[in-house]
Amino acid sequence: MFNAAWLRHSEFRAGALDALGAAPGLAAWGLMTGVAMMNSGLSTFEALLMGVTVFAGSSQLAAIPLIAAGAPMWVVLATGFCVNLRFVVFSAHLRAYVMHLPLGQRLLTGYLITDLSYVQFTHRYPKHGTTPEQHLAQQAYLAGNCGVTWVSWVGMGILGIFLAGLIPAAWGLGFAGILALLGILMSLASSPLRWVSAGVAGAAAVAAFALPFKLNILLAIAAAVAMSLLLESARRARDTTSGGSA
Amino acid sequence: MSSVTDVWTVLVILGLAVITVVTRSLFFISSKPWQLPHWAQRGLQYAPIAALAAVIVPELVMTQGQLMPGWQDARLFAALAGAAWFLTHRAQRQAVLGTIVMGMAVYLPLHLGLGW
Repeated sequence: MFNAAWLRHSEFRAGALDALGAAPGLAAWGLMTGVAMMNSGLSTFEALLMGVTVFAGSSQLAAIPLIAAGAPMWVVLATGFCVNLRFVVFSAHLRAYVMHLPLGQRLLTGYLITDLSYVQFTHRYPKHGTTPEQHLAQQAYLAGNCGVTWVSWVGMGILGIFLAGLIPAAWGLGFAGILALLGILMSLASSPLRWVSAGVAGAAAVAAFALPFKLNILLAIAAAVAMSLLLESARRARDTTSGGSA
Repeated sequence: MSSVTDVWTVLVILGLAVITVVTRSLFFISSKPWQLPHWAQRGLQYAPIAALAAVIVPELVMTQGQLMPGWQDARLFAALAGAAWFLTHRAQRQAVLGTIVMGMAVYLPLHLGLGW
């Protein structure tokens, strides 16, 4: 994964700067996830292991209460998988960007691409690279962006593990993570149909909240994408008709 | 509340780490030439924002699995303030940072001061 040429590339800096914009929210959220891991009764070693290896805030938060309740292993893992299903969608999108890499580097790149990096990366590079120079620039951007994200998330998670006794969850510092995601959502809302997608998904996620394994998130994504595609083809059909009569 | 490390929990945690890798790289694993169907390619441009909204909205309007009982909730006002900041500063590089700072500047006084 590591390549010295990335560090010198101007896109490394650009990726790091983009990630720094959301890092305070991520840091506060990571801190509170560290606190939550300790408060749930995980041992210090278990909390550190989770904080360093899992690297997925939403699946950590979903898994912690299940582990504490002694749920069967398959239930915890199935929940983690369902909460992470959005990343499967992202990986389908990112495939063309990374297939020039060997398998090991592809897996490592995928492992490090969180929601934040995915959104900022595809925003900066709407099209995948086709030349070695473009591939280098894109990998440099990812290295900078994912590097800052990893350090702020993991570093603050570890801090939270050791400060768990000092930071009451009632302060609500973890809310900064939701605000970071809100900011990223708004930077994605570049067309009316994307607003529709966000609105449908938000409403569906609330309506289906009672589903197990956070399946409401997956259901909401499916409903929002279906609705957006329907409206998109309806609009295209209308444009074709009015274009034909003009 | 035990703080003794047990093998079962360690295995679950390592399993979760494997799931992170597998879900984030699922479509990177096979190197066979392969393309998404056209409708799926179009659908993908609506999926990321939907995923974010599906995660965020319940966190803003629900309390313990129920819709919040009234409007006196710090999260609502903080989200509105953050969104307003973003919309007025979206051209700037650090608009996301402003959203977080503005939102927390509204959230913390309401939450800690008024108990909303």
